[in-house]
Amino acid sequence: MRIVAMNASTTEISPKRTGATMPKRAAPQRQWTIRGALGRRPYAAYAILGVATPILLWAFLSEAAIVPKIFMPGPWDVLKRFWSWIANEGFAGDLGISLERVSLGFISSLVIALPLGLLAGTFKPAEAIIEPAMDFIRYMPAVAFVPLMMLWCGIGELSKVSIIFIGTFFQMVLMFADDVRKVPLQQIEAAQTMGGTRREIVYRVIFPSAAPALLTTCRITLGWAWTYLVVAEIVAANSGLGYAILKAQRFLQTDKIFAGLIVIGFLGLIQDQLLRALHHALFPYLRRQ
Amino acid sequence: MTTSIEVKHLFKSFNTARGSMLVLDDISLSIAAGEFLTIVGASGCGKSTFLRILAGLETADNGKVIVGGQPVNGPGVDRAMVFQDYSLFPWLTVKQNVIFSRRLAANSHDNLALERGAEDARALKLISLVGLSKAQDAYPSQLSGGMRQRVAIARALMSKPSIILMDEPFGALDAQTREVMQDLVLSVVEREGTTIVFVTHDVEEALYLGSRVVLMSPYPGRIDTIYDVPLPRDRNVMMRVDPNFVALKRTVMERVRKTVGMSLDASALANTGAEA
Repeated sequence: MRIVAMNASTTEISPKRTGATMPKRAAPQRQWTIRGALGRRPYAAYAILGVATPILLWAFLSEAAIVPKIFMPGPWDVLKRFWSWIANEGFAGDLGISLERVSLGFISSLVIALPLGLLAGTFKPAEAIIEPAMDFIRYMPAVAFVPLMMLWCGIGELSKVSIIFIGTFFQMVLMFADDVRKVPLQQIEAAQTMGGTRREIVYRVIFPSAAPALLTTCRITLGWAWTYLVVAEIVAANSGLGYAILKAQRFLQTDKIFAGLIVIGFLGLIQDQLLRALHHALFPYLRRQ
Repeated sequence: MTTSIEVKHLFKSFNTARGSMLVLDDISLSIAAGEFLTIVGASGCGKSTFLRILAGLETADNGKVIVGGQPVNGPGVDRAMVFQDYSLFPWLTVKQNVIFSRRLAANSHDNLALERGAEDARALKLISLVGLSKAQDAYPSQLSGGMRQRVAIARALMSKPSIILMDEPFGALDAQTREVMQDLVLSVVEREGTTIVFVTHDVEEALYLGSRVVLMSPYPGRIDTIYDVPLPRDRNVMMRVDPNFVALKRTVMERVRKTVGMSLDASALANTGAEA
């Protein structure tokens, strides 16, 4: 009985197999399976849907005059205003000064946080000296430092840069230390059994091993740097993108507020993509083939 | 290029939440130069800790390890180590991984460092010895588990260590790959003439590779029995089914089970925190 059944099933299979080798349009795959795969095209289609929906909703609310134009200008108004901002209202200057502040704040934070993070993630005594203190300070909201920074540094560039520094530095040290601690012990011990000194192991094993994670941390904290830039510019500045948004509010130029917000969003997006591309270029070994 | 190892009255305990736990209880052992010694035992017998002390990655509470007449105080270039996994440097290619040790100051004093050519030639020879010539420019992430361990072996050999310590190097590999790797280790060791201490939980692996097999018993880790393997050094696959081999395998496996049984009471007591 059993043998017969098996024979029957094998003869059934063979015609199916020849059928499968023929070029045939695959049946549409289910897209909403749990953790399922999705092709490039349907992915792009869903992404466009996700971006277009809020824009269309926005256009509808404003054009149908459900919300008064003075509070919610339409996409077209915003685009026009953005153009005049570029042409007559000194957009390049605002952008330039903001970029300068973010770069200064972020880089000064990075330069000090990186060695501290490396030390704290590698040596226990350094961890004990650095981490509890940082843990305490990072819960003090950076925004609350604005009045102090204005007292100390005036309303010059230094106060803006310090706010960005305070907003990113303490978190950065702790995140860098964590990245460094995730370097597999086996890599470190392998280098030790090859006779590596502490210095050699830090520079030739721990740093390169943690490098991809460190760059990801930079990508995340750079996003925060923009947040604190806008905070600083809204509170204490007379130039920059944040200040332009504040000034627009005073003159009831809602379209300019919208334009400012969207510009900052795009800047973040561009920056994020650039850093992703850098990650891709610097660490080719992370790409599986 | 071979060196003997002398271990005298080694004790080691770890601090746990329930207090101090003895992992190595008076281990004494001498390993001859050029010997292939395997250590086998159930988990908790301290075999890995013992190996790490030989490597200098851990320090013993008491006792001595003497390698080639010198007491061990820390890791050294004379004792290379092969780990179970994750020890390759993922940002370096196969060849760069093998050559890595040459870039460390500790290895710059011998004549190999004088000429890059000799260094390169040795790396390429070792890579071909482990059968990876075609993959020398691949990154570890592009290799299978077995290939990664081949690289780890070539890397360990690069600085011409007199001793290689292997900590369950094939523990993460599938059974077929493991057998291939075992033969590879035997042939490589024969060529390089290195002293090997090889830790495993696999009795067959221990018997197939070792000229002597040390069986350790758990909780606390002690040397239970030392077996001489009555097979010629020139091992081959058919020996796995040799009646002598199979008989010895049975004996050792039974003994391993007994050592686990003996420790059950002791470990149960340790778990409840009661005094023995």
